[in-house]
Amino acid sequence: MADIHANREAFEACLADADARRAERLVLLGDYVNYGADPDWVVGTIMDRVAKGAAIAVQGNHDAAVSLPPGTMDSPAELALAWTKNQLGADQRAFLASLPLTSEEGDCLFVHADASAPARWTYVTDPSDAARSLKATRRRVTFCGHVHRPMVFTMSETLKLGTFRPVEGIAIPLLPQRRWLAVIGSVGQPRDGNPAACWSLVDTARAEITYLRVPYEVEEAAKKIRRAALPEMYAERLTWGQ
Amino acid sequence: MNARVRIQKGAVVDGFVVGELLHTGGMATLRRVERPGISMPLLMKVPALLEGEDPAAIVGFEMEQMILPRLSGIHVPKFVASGDFAVQPYIVMERIEGRTLLTKLDVLPLPYDEVATIGIKVAAALRDLHHQNVVHLDVKPSNIIIRETGEAALVDFGLAHHDQLPDFMDEEFRVPYGTAPYMAPEQVLGNRTDPRSDIFALGVLLYFFSTGVRPFGDPKGMRALKRRIWWDPAPPRRLKSDYPPWLQEVVLRCLEPDPLRRYPTAAHLAFDLAHPDQVRLTARSERLERDPWGVRVRRRFNPEIRPAALREIAAPLATAPIVMVAVDVTDGGQDLAEAMRVTVRRLIEIVPGARFAIVNVLKTRRIGIDTTLDDEGRNKHITRLVELKHWARPLALGETRVTFHVLEAKQPADALLEYASTNHVDHVVIGARADSVRRSILGSVSAEVAAKADCSVTVVRSPRPPQPPASAMDGLDPF
Repeated sequence: MADIHANREAFEACLADADARRAERLVLLGDYVNYGADPDWVVGTIMDRVAKGAAIAVQGNHDAAVSLPPGTMDSPAELALAWTKNQLGADQRAFLASLPLTSEEGDCLFVHADASAPARWTYVTDPSDAARSLKATRRRVTFCGHVHRPMVFTMSETLKLGTFRPVEGIAIPLLPQRRWLAVIGSVGQPRDGNPAACWSLVDTARAEITYLRVPYEVEEAAKKIRRAALPEMYAERLTWGQ
Repeated sequence: MNARVRIQKGAVVDGFVVGELLHTGGMATLRRVERPGISMPLLMKVPALLEGEDPAAIVGFEMEQMILPRLSGIHVPKFVASGDFAVQPYIVMERIEGRTLLTKLDVLPLPYDEVATIGIKVAAALRDLHHQNVVHLDVKPSNIIIRETGEAALVDFGLAHHDQLPDFMDEEFRVPYGTAPYMAPEQVLGNRTDPRSDIFALGVLLYFFSTGVRPFGDPKGMRALKRRIWWDPAPPRRLKSDYPPWLQEVVLRCLEPDPLRRYPTAAHLAFDLAHPDQVRLTARSERLERDPWGVRVRRRFNPEIRPAALREIAAPLATAPIVMVAVDVTDGGQDLAEAMRVTVRRLIEIVPGARFAIVNVLKTRRIGIDTTLDDEGRNKHITRLVELKHWARPLALGETRVTFHVLEAKQPADALLEYASTNHVDHVVIGARADSVRRSILGSVSAEVAAKADCSVTVVRSPRPPQPPASAMDGLDPF
């Protein structure tokens, strides 16, 4: 799961869906806070899972920004970030600051954005970005977020890059002779025109990834953003998924 | 490479005992294999991966490795296992008992009815494949096996495209891959997503099998390959004077350079091949000459087809359904007849690509020999056809969109269900018997059709059912 952005309703719906599908482990690809109205609950839930060893979490740019002086983001985001910092306890801020930029397990690499320079937060949106990111790691499959739009890149043995827009609910075989970069859609701020929360189920035994969409109470999440007097655009875009 | 097991007779690979070599091609070798516990005949396909081999062999193997396990049904070989690429790549699948259509090449041309029968079988296989979101893109005699049970099965998915999975072929190669005599013009131009490319290839096969001549020859090189975009083939009737006009109509429609002018789905093609007398003949059916030189030249510089925008494979399937309308002209009265027309009219408006088969069942007697003449000496079959056409007249369906069929059977529901199944009907519209007393005695045909059909069924009722006569109410419990 990636880009939860303090959206409790969306995160809860995805966690419930993951349980229903008997997912065994949770990997979180960063940007747990900002934009949404429930940073405290979202970070608390993640800390709990990580402490139990039930989840791996890497850091996103918004998580890093919590411990940085203001001035790294555009003004509405800075506004929301200032509000977010006040909602979080010292231990939660420390947790976000302590998160690693990357994590590796088996033949997988987990990272928020471009793996060739994780702290520069470059979007992986086209084949050249994907090639740069894939060349920076020896792991066969990279999972990242940051873009808020699902996409799969694949590199053949002859280094040709392919781009594929995943179809909801259809398992994509991660053929072992190829390298793969899966851009996971956003849980709490989808921007591909579909307001439903996005997460992906990876079956490591079958080497398959399935992109899933979960409907959730968008109106409730939007209402809370308005009640907290956060910028209106963050509430509105939830409805359209843009 | 050195770690790889040598695949030779007697070797055991992941539990599969390797048997004799069946085929060696440019892309792969095929071997008979067996495995204890699996009774189905098996085949192992091993890609040609040595240096100097066609790079398409690897990508084609990857595509097949991805697509085949996701296919099901009688029209494809069953997937059994696939080997780890790093150790020894292979695919084990069902070895289909039967003969490929390649065996027919020595006896061409075939009789017209045999060509039609083959066409119906292959079209049924394509319909099933297209419904699974796959375009084959290499339909040709050697890739079609007629099972011993009669169904056509498609093999070799190395060039296929799956609408919901990544397409490695598309990203790896600039030049289009395919088999030159059978490739559709849009495929030559690099479009790998149109199921009507398979209809074109089947058209080439039907032309070839019925005339003994390939419509576009066996061109070498892109320039020659592209000629089919503007150069129309000689009409079959020019090659064979006894060629049936209906078959020429069907074959040339498959070979239209513009996919939009071909059959929208393989089911539509199968329908025409199964009902020669119902094929609407256009100018195509009588042609004896190619288009005049000037027309061809104009097409060359202003081609009718261009690489189309990407579209979903299922799109034509959804927009061009075959709708069976079961009309009972003997029972139900005017109200129901009109209610049926209202329902069909809605479908006509919503789905302009739909094709309608108006069907009626002429009930034959359960016992005894039936006469085809009624008491007044008229032919019952013809009378029913006239009544069906009369019912449909207010709908003003063009001749290309409607056909009429009178089925003769003892059990109407069985006859309708069988018709729907063999003609790949997507949607049935049927009227419900209005008279509840008769329905309870005779049973409801519509209920049986709705319960047993393997497609959607709309049951139409008259908006104002006839009131039961007062006498029928007598003695009924008011509760």
